[in-house]
This record gives sequence, structure tokens and C-alpha cells, in this order.
Amino acid sequence: MPASPLTEAISVAIESDVLVIGGGLAGLTSALAAAREGADVRLVAAKQSTLRNASGLVDVLGYTADGEGPLVDPYDAIPNLPADHPYRTVGVDTVRKAMALFDEVTPRYRGGHTDANALLPTHGGTVKPTARYPAGVSDGIASDGRDALLVGIESMTDFDAPHVAAHLTAAGVPFDVRGVTIQFPGDLRADAAITRYAKLLDTNGTVTADGRECPVRAALADRVAAEHDGEPRIGFPAILGDDDPAEIRAALAERLDAAVFEVPMGPPSLPGLRLEDSLFAALDEAGVSIATGNPVVGYDGDGRVEQVYVEKNGARIPNSADQYVLATGGLVGKGIDSDRERVYEPVFDCHVAHADDRYDWFDREPFGNHDFARFGVHTDGDLRPVDGDDSVEFDNVRAAGSVLGGYDFAAEKSGSGVSIATGYAAGRSAARRAR
Amino acid sequence: MSRQTEVLVIGGGSTGAGIARDLSMRGVGVTLVEQGNLTHGTTGRMHGLLHSGGRYAVSDQVSAAECIEENRVLRDIASHCVETTGGLFVKRPEDSEAYFQEKLDGCAASGIPTEVLSAEEARAVEPHLAPDIEKAISVPDGAVDPFRLVVANAASAREHGARIETHSTVTDIRVEDREVVGAELDHASGPGKHVHGTEGGTEIIRADHVVNATGAWAGRTGAMAGVDIEVRPSKGVMTVMNTRQVDTVINRCRPKGDADIIVPHETAAILGTTDEEVDDPEEYPEEQWEVDMMIDTLAELVPMLRDARTIRSFWGVRPLYEPPSVDSDDPTDITRDFFLLDHAERDALDGLTTIVGGKLTTYRLMAEAVSDHVCERFGVDADCRTADVSLPGSEEFSVLRDYMDEFDLRSPIGRRSVERLGSRADDVLETSGPNPTVCNCEAVTRAEIQDAVDQSGSDLNAVRLRTRASMGSCQGGFCCHRLAGELHDDHEEAVVREAWDDLLRERWTGQRHALWGEQLSQAMLNYALHATTQNRDNDPADGDPVDFGAFDAGVAADGGDQRGD
Repeated sequence: MPASPLTEAISVAIESDVLVIGGGLAGLTSALAAAREGADVRLVAAKQSTLRNASGLVDVLGYTADGEGPLVDPYDAIPNLPADHPYRTVGVDTVRKAMALFDEVTPRYRGGHTDANALLPTHGGTVKPTARYPAGVSDGIASDGRDALLVGIESMTDFDAPHVAAHLTAAGVPFDVRGVTIQFPGDLRADAAITRYAKLLDTNGTVTADGRECPVRAALADRVAAEHDGEPRIGFPAILGDDDPAEIRAALAERLDAAVFEVPMGPPSLPGLRLEDSLFAALDEAGVSIATGNPVVGYDGDGRVEQVYVEKNGARIPNSADQYVLATGGLVGKGIDSDRERVYEPVFDCHVAHADDRYDWFDREPFGNHDFARFGVHTDGDLRPVDGDDSVEFDNVRAAGSVLGGYDFAAEKSGSGVSIATGYAAGRSAARRAR
Repeated sequence: MSRQTEVLVIGGGSTGAGIARDLSMRGVGVTLVEQGNLTHGTTGRMHGLLHSGGRYAVSDQVSAAECIEENRVLRDIASHCVETTGGLFVKRPEDSEAYFQEKLDGCAASGIPTEVLSAEEARAVEPHLAPDIEKAISVPDGAVDPFRLVVANAASAREHGARIETHSTVTDIRVEDREVVGAELDHASGPGKHVHGTEGGTEIIRADHVVNATGAWAGRTGAMAGVDIEVRPSKGVMTVMNTRQVDTVINRCRPKGDADIIVPHETAAILGTTDEEVDDPEEYPEEQWEVDMMIDTLAELVPMLRDARTIRSFWGVRPLYEPPSVDSDDPTDITRDFFLLDHAERDALDGLTTIVGGKLTTYRLMAEAVSDHVCERFGVDADCRTADVSLPGSEEFSVLRDYMDEFDLRSPIGRRSVERLGSRADDVLETSGPNPTVCNCEAVTRAEIQDAVDQSGSDLNAVRLRTRASMGSCQGGFCCHRLAGELHDDHEEAVVREAWDDLLRERWTGQRHALWGEQLSQAMLNYALHATTQNRDNDPADGDPVDFGAFDAGVAADGGDQRGD
């Protein structure tokens, strides 16, 4: 593509030691790891990260690649994963170091006190194994024997508390659990966004409930109290505030005289957004320069990337770095894309192995063994993408997170852990190699 | 268990439901049995075209004339099932001018009003038509929702005393002294509404007369009574786009051929189709080339289809029939007309009538023919009223009413609900509690879901067909668990879990034909939501017991950990 007048006007590219492409968990972790190594780091992201889709639970490994599990100790199982699994590429020690970095920058998270996975209730009524969890969900742990009351909101179809409670009972949880549905106090519209509830609770705004005006936290607690039968813990859908969820939980807990927890939900996920916020804050503190909303649309170089072009307001702005980290995500984040004929990696066109016949990309069963779930780039031991002959594509590009192939994060419950571990490894290695 | 009925109708598609309505309105006692959901067979697997008759105007003017007449009837009696989109027959440079003229003449001869549009005029109607099209013929095609239509017919039949049994398979037809006297049934879950996990059972229904309205399955049904019915099932693919690239039915103006129609349907556009004879109406290959052909060939008419997003594909099997003496080689040569087989006359077997061939647009006419025949047999002197009495949902219904304030629905949602429910909107949407949206893609609210659950038991696929919930772009990724939650109000958790799994499986089946680009991205997101966030792929309720004691029990129980947050 010919350079636009604006591009020509910029004679010097924006430079950094390490340029991270992608603003999801892998990109944020790699930028942080590279900055911790002393590199000058810049991060560019095409769009809002996919963390708003994520439950906010940080899984490392819940099931083996063969589907065995739930695994009690994820680290024990890593050495037995297939050889091309990203965890095998970075090794179990790196996974531990990466999780230690995660723990350090996310004080709201729990689970680091043990190698064992925790089982957490899901909004679908199952339990799932996870390695780290927000403090706000910790009182919901399924291995905790205390009885629980789940509270659903009548106009919130994503969390049907009586159904979740019955399903958890069928899952064999070691406590009695009961679900009730209440009307949220005030006059939020039936289709109000999750963030409306969170904002109202954050500000403890005044609502009119049962004919009198009252702060919303107290009004909500009173509605729940009418249904509460002494259960020592009470679970809510994950709507309890965006800014200071701990304060909201404490206020409800005090009025209800019970521990209060959240059950993570699907998009838009407040725990996912809170995680994104805390990681961006850590990056700010580490001095990483961040530009979001601008996709990478091209690059120069052969065997080594010299510079990439970032599209901004229709212009192609060159960004140059010594080392690059490709953390653009998988099929969901469009770091891997496809058409009727092929599967490809759109930024550097790195090789993505796939069957020629697109009908071989999936299994007949919805939860079958899907090839598409493992689509992504394959790498050498230093996370550098390789072509079909196992030759390194670019000397100075490393890949991290779900742009990597060879693992099915959904089945394994390994998505966050792989992003953190490979992000950490790629960022650290890139910084060490930078000039 | 054994019961008695006057007429047993086998088959819950448009024809069977239409017969059940017609006969019961004439005072005849009817039991209708269907092996799956209503519309389980061919009716639920068509492109939703309400024919003007234009497609048959050259090759089969009898069918064409029937179509335009029934088209007008359905606009009247089934207004809440019909969208009057209009249709175009579009001529490309390589399409024959002589055929274009034949089409015009044929429409005139069949009583189908037409108007010739220049390329500019056609593009003023449909801006995405290819730049090189030459001209078009405008006809009164429309779109019809087959699910809503059949459900409304069944509801009307029930109001007039008919018994409707879904998920009930006929396992044998009883013949005594050269007379059909009834049938044996296998109920998947006991009589009445289908509820997962409830014990099924067999039933013998004795009937004065049996009507075989099983379409592509008619040969199989006939064989149980010992008669040969030479149905020639022919498959066709339909590819569903995620949005409406066109708001008018677009036909290619050339003699019969594959991939020559685009039907706007609700939020989608449906591309069709192929015509390939198959041996078995249930087991036949669903192939990639068919999907690719729909996209590539129809992109000649509407170029933007080439890179547009498809959300799934499905196949239907036409119940084609021709008298054995005709013996066409090519299924596209077989007439689309319908045939009433009087087995008393044909096979010296009393008590059985078969209806085969035909098409959804003429279902009512087919039902009338069968009902006339049966009434004549029994000496019932009652006129057909189905062309004059509106279906439930289409009575005194004005789309101009503003339901938004009345039902506290935001306007696009309210409008969609009212379009689906027609004159039933008042009954269904009037609820005491909040009425949140359950399916965002198709704007389906809780009240509609609950109404469908009331009608169809624990079968979430039946709820889906009634409401369109989970049928939009996300293909259920965001709403399957919500539907499960809604179902739990009336059904136990284990029943809900099974229905939920059935829905996930059904949604996956059609999506597999659309897995590239945007829809593959959507499929991965759905998989992540269902497997990662919900862990439904390893649901401990379905699997081995979990040793909860071996896992992290947390640190909060002893009040120890208060750091951060």
C-alpha cells in the first residue's frame, strides 16, 4: 500500500525496546514482565480486550488434554501434557514464576496459598477447577462445608438462583444450598445493564423500596433478609460494584450477618473488567506506554520485523522496536482468523496448521474434540512462531496467549494460565534480547 | 393403553396440522400424532417462501394458480405468520430473454400480478443487486414462518377438540380384514406435553379412518399398512445469513436450477437451494459443496453475499411424488403438485388416505381436499371454513398498536414480540413481574418463553421454534443457560439439564456448516462461555462424584485472609 502523506510526514517511527501487540491477559502480562526486566515497553491493542468476556477466575489447568479431571494439582499434570502444549514449551517452573508475578500485581486475588485447585460455583450451576479467584468469590468455594443461600435478581436472566442451587446439589456439593429470587430494590429497567447495578451499589444511591427511601445497599440487604434462613454464606450474581466491591460485600455481610460472595457470570463480566483494570494499573506503574483502539495493519522486514504499522484515524503510523510480542488472541480476539479455505494469523501471516477441508475443523458433538479450539501458531522453545518446516519465522517475534496453538483452553480450563505463563516468558525473553 | 378416535392423522407438519384443524372445525374427532416436534420433518426445514406462484408460472401453471390463490388466503387468515415482502425475478445478462417473456406470460395466464422493473428500478427496491443485472419482474411473493403457522393450526385444532401428541412415533398400523383400524404408538415421554425423563409408553389408537400426512416419510408409513407409496424424497440445502441482505424475495429468472432464491426471513436471509434425490429422508449426506454453491452462485445476484456471515445451514427433504408411470429421472422434473391417494380405490384397503407432494403454500388446500374426502366417506355434511376463519394470533390484529408502553418493552423488542404473537400479544405479554429479554439476538422476552413452555413441556427445541430464541447470530451462545433457567420454573433440575443438552446439540448441528470467519469466532466464544465459564462440558452432575475435600477449601472460612480488595 502506498504511504499516505501523513506517514511520510513522520520521519521517525515511534520506538521502543519491546513492542507488545495485544491488550488481553497475555499482552498485559508480557508487557509487565518485559518492563520488570528493565526494557522500554510499548503496548498497542486493536480494541477492548476480551477480558470482559472472561469470568475473572484465573485457571491454570483443570483437566488434562485427554479430559481427565478435575485435577487437584495443575502443576503435577503439566509435565505429562502433549509435547507441543504451550506449558511444555515454557516449563512448569516458568508457570510458577509467572503466577507469582500475577499474585504480586493483583492483590484482590486469592488461591496463591496452595498449589491445589479450588472448585468454584459457576452461573451455569456446575463447579469448575481454578487456580486463582477474586477475593469476592472466595466465600463461595465449593469445598467449604458451610451451607449457602443463593440470591437471584428477578430481572436478571443470566443467574437463575433456584436453578443454580438445584444443579449444584446434583453436582454433589458438600453443603446444603438453596436459591431464592428477589426483586432488586429501586426502579432499574428490566433490561438494565450489569454495570447499572454495579454503579448504583458503588455510589450507594438512594432508592425507593417498599414505599420508603433508603440507600440501595441496605434496601438490597433487607430484601435478602426476608428470605434468609440463617445460612452462614450468601451468594449473589457478580454485580456487587465495580470500584470497591469489598466495601459493598462488607456492608451487605454486616446487615445480613453472613459472609457474602459473588458467582462469576458471562459477558459483560465485572470480575473480568476489574481484572483488566488492575493489570492496566500495574502497567502504568511499571511505566509501559499504552495505545488502545489502533490495530496493527502491516509490517516491514524479512526474517526479522523492522517496524509495524499501526492504523490511527486512517493513517499508517510506523512503530519500531527491537523485539515484538504477538499477543493478539485466538479465534475470539481475531488474532487467528479464517475464511472458507484457510486459517491464518493476520498480523505477520505466521503459519497456522490446519486441515485443508474445513469440515475437518470441528467435531460432530458440541463438546467434542474440536480442531478449531487448538488453532494457532506453533513456536520454538523461545516462543518464536515457526513455519510449516519448523523454521523460525522472524528472529525477533515471540507469541503469547491464545494466538498459540496446540491446546484447547476451554476443555482444559487453562486459558488464563497459558496467557500468563507464555506472556511472562515471551516478555521476559524479549526484554533480555533487546539491545 | 388403548383409545378411540374418529380420524387419526399421522404427521405434524403443515399438512397434518392443517387437516387436524379442518376436520375438527367440521366437528370430526381428530387425534394427530407426530414423531418429533411439530414441524419436525420437512415443514421445519424449508426456506420460508410464501409462493406467489411465479416460480411455477412456466413449468406448472396449475400449481402456480393454486399458489396465488392460497397466498391471498394466508395473508388473510395467518397474517401474524406472513411478511408481505414482495418478490423479484431478476434477469442477468446471461439469462434467456425468451424465458423472461415466458415467465411474464405464464404469470398472466396463472393470475399472478406482475410488473416489469428496469435495472435501476429493481436496485431502487434492492440496492445490493449486482450492477450488471438487466431487469426484473415484480411478483407478490412473501415470507412465512412455518413454525408459527403449524403451531397456530394445531392450537386451533385443539380449540375445536382435537388431541395433539408430539414425540409419539407410529410403530405399526393395524389392518383387519383389508381395513386399517388404527395404529400403535410409542410415546417418548407419556401422552401430553413432552417432558424429559417422564416414562414413555405405548398406546393403541383405534380409528375409523387414518390419514397418512407424513410427507417424505409417507412410503415408510404406507409400508406399515402394506401399501406401496412411491415417494421420491429430494434434499435441498438452505444457508442462513446473519442479517437481511435483501428485504424482498429474490429469484433468479431462469429455468429450474440450483441456488436461485434468497428469502428474507425474520432477522435473517435464507439462501436456497439444491434438488437431489435421496434414498432415506433421515440419513443423507450434508455436503460442503452445497453450501459453497449457495454463496458463490447467489453472489452473482447479490455480490455482498460472497463475504457475508452465514450462521448455519440446514437441509430439508421434499416429499415429491409422481405416479409410477411418469418415471422422471431428474427430481427437478417431478411435479410440485399434490396427490391424494385413496387406498380403498387404489389398493383395495379401506380406512386409509395418503396425501403426498405439494408445498407449504398450498397446505390449506391440501388439507381441505383430504378433509372433503374423509367427510364424504363418513357422510359428514359440513363445509370447509379454514379459508375464512383466521388462525389464533391473526384475529382482529392491528400491527399499528403501540405495545411499548403497555408492556414496558423497549420499542424494537415490543415490536418483534407483537409481530410474533399477533393478536395473542395481550394474553402472553401481560405479566405481573419484570419481563426481561432472554434472547437478545431475536428480542424474545421471558413472557414469550414462559408461554412457549406452557405449550410445549420441557422441550427447549419446541420453545425455540415457537419463539425464535437462540436462532440469531450468536446461535444460543448467550441464552441457552437462560432458557434452562426459565424452564426450571416448571421442571426439575435433571429434566432441565437434559433439555439444555438437547438444545446445545441441536444448535451445534446446523452451525457446523458455517464455521469460518465471523461464525467460527462466534463458535469459539460460545464454546469458551459454555465450557470455560460454565464448565458444562465436564458437568459434575453428569459425571463421577467429585472429591471436594481434596481441593482448596479457601482461607476465608477462618476469617484469616483480609488482605487487599
